[in-house]
Amino acid sequence: MKRFLLVLVAGILMVGCGSSVKLDDVPVEDKSGIAVNPSGAAGSGAGVAQSGVMPVELDGSRTSAMAPNSPKIVFFDYDSYVIKPEFQSVIESHARFINADKAKKVVIEGHTDMSGGREYNLALGQKRAEAVRRALSLLGVPENQVEAVSFGKEKPTALGSDETSMSLNRRAEIAYR
Amino acid sequence: MGVLWMMSSSTHAQFRIEVSGVGLTQLPISVAPFRGQDAAPQKISTIILADLERSGQFRPVDSSGQVLDELSRPDVAAWRQKGADSLVSGSVTRLADGRFDVRFRLWDVVRSQDLGGQSFVVTPADLRMASHRIADYVFEKLTGEKGAFSTRITYVTKVAQRYQLWVSDADGENSQSALASPEPIISPSWSPNGNHVAYVSFESRKPVVYTHDVLSGKRRLIANFRGSNSAPAWSPDGRTLAMTLSRDGGSQLYAIDANGGEPRRLTQTSGIDTEPVYSSDGKSLFFVSDRGGAPQIYKMPSIGGSAERVTFTGNYNISPALSPDGRWLAYVSRVSGAFKLHLMELSSGVVTPLTDTGADENPSFAPNSRLIVYATQYQGREALMTTTLDGKVKARLNGQGGDIREPDWGPFQKQ
Repeated sequence: MKRFLLVLVAGILMVGCGSSVKLDDVPVEDKSGIAVNPSGAAGSGAGVAQSGVMPVELDGSRTSAMAPNSPKIVFFDYDSYVIKPEFQSVIESHARFINADKAKKVVIEGHTDMSGGREYNLALGQKRAEAVRRALSLLGVPENQVEAVSFGKEKPTALGSDETSMSLNRRAEIAYR
Repeated sequence: MGVLWMMSSSTHAQFRIEVSGVGLTQLPISVAPFRGQDAAPQKISTIILADLERSGQFRPVDSSGQVLDELSRPDVAAWRQKGADSLVSGSVTRLADGRFDVRFRLWDVVRSQDLGGQSFVVTPADLRMASHRIADYVFEKLTGEKGAFSTRITYVTKVAQRYQLWVSDADGENSQSALASPEPIISPSWSPNGNHVAYVSFESRKPVVYTHDVLSGKRRLIANFRGSNSAPAWSPDGRTLAMTLSRDGGSQLYAIDANGGEPRRLTQTSGIDTEPVYSSDGKSLFFVSDRGGAPQIYKMPSIGGSAERVTFTGNYNISPALSPDGRWLAYVSRVSGAFKLHLMELSSGVVTPLTDTGADENPSFAPNSRLIVYATQYQGREALMTTTLDGKVKARLNGQGGDIREPDWGPFQKQ
């Protein structure tokens, strides 16, 4: 209810775009939010003026490109960043798929389990993503077709704190953009 | 402000304060209900008292049955009888233009001394800020140190698959949404002037760093290099952001002009270097590195150079936060599988655990260096807590519903 009202208020009072986006190196979609003003007048009184806050809403639209008809997830052991032999065939099928089309772009998304700090897990997920990127590279996939990024512990697929859930989250996903 | 304000006040009770341990020296204080506050949208005396209690340096003394305002001459003997050393009394009056006139006076009832007072004319939306200003006045008069109640914090909530970045009062109340996104937002960090928040957003399906002017909602994409971009930290002069980039492989530290530009690489290791924070003099960077085999906190010159190790106990020490006065390092240490907030006195290297919880994250100091806000698990949900530096007085901030995480305490506000 509360969230609904927030969105309603935001919708009624939207005042326009407010984003200055500088693209660098890798192009991203322009996801400039729409600045909305829920307060009407951001009033302030003598002596104790408080700065207002202009809310920005982002949408979630996303497209996904064609991917090969094979598993897209590589799982890792606890505290490990080494690709296990059983995932070599997964990597090989993706390498063939990418090599067949020089225009293909693939992003390797590294993930960790949910224990520990967000930023440190982001760095650990990056290690997993880069391990897969290197494995693809060894199979002849050009560097410029592959980007390794990390989601750390932000996107778990299993929410439990048991070992099975934790192990499902230690992964790298191969995503086509 | 009206609609948002009513919703937030209806869903927010006052926060919970836990006092543990013995040997606390706390000043007993009474804050009498302000005359007229029952007709005002905020219970001013309650907000002031909660601020003072949360600081750990005050103990509330019941003031029930007393009707006082800033003009009343208190019966000091009666207040001493109740056990109070100090008394705050005041009034709030609605003006014809809809604003409120807030007045108060602080009394030393032991010495029967008037310690001064102030008055503010504020909009209904600023009544809480006026209350925090009064708490700051009382704190400074009675402890000799600057209060940090009238500051702001930022934090992130996750409700279902919706992430929101909030800016609120330092007590977690009066939250205003700065950003809403279907993708995660992490690591918000206030600029030294309190106008911008830098953060990591996953809105483009990878971590990129933005700075965000909270007043206008204007955002600037600062780092979207190949790979991951994360952990932004402002230099004290606000001109530079240190952060972690993986553009050259691995997670390494770089410095970027706060307006954007080409990154300058600060570390050269084959492992992980991340979570940089500047010392308050801007000369050093503290950060986390696994160069020794396990994550530990290190310190190096802020322009890069040789690093010295700072933490030596345990094999997982992350998320460094430095007190603005330069005396303390707060961080999270894994102890027997539990992640606990620790405090190191930098001059002696002495380390004290501050919590009994097991999933502490992301500490941040109040600008007066007297409190730490951090994230933890509370009754199965992510929640924000504050603690005093001795760990004896903790308060849970209510803020928004859902999982609350990633707090960062903003600077003193310009008056």
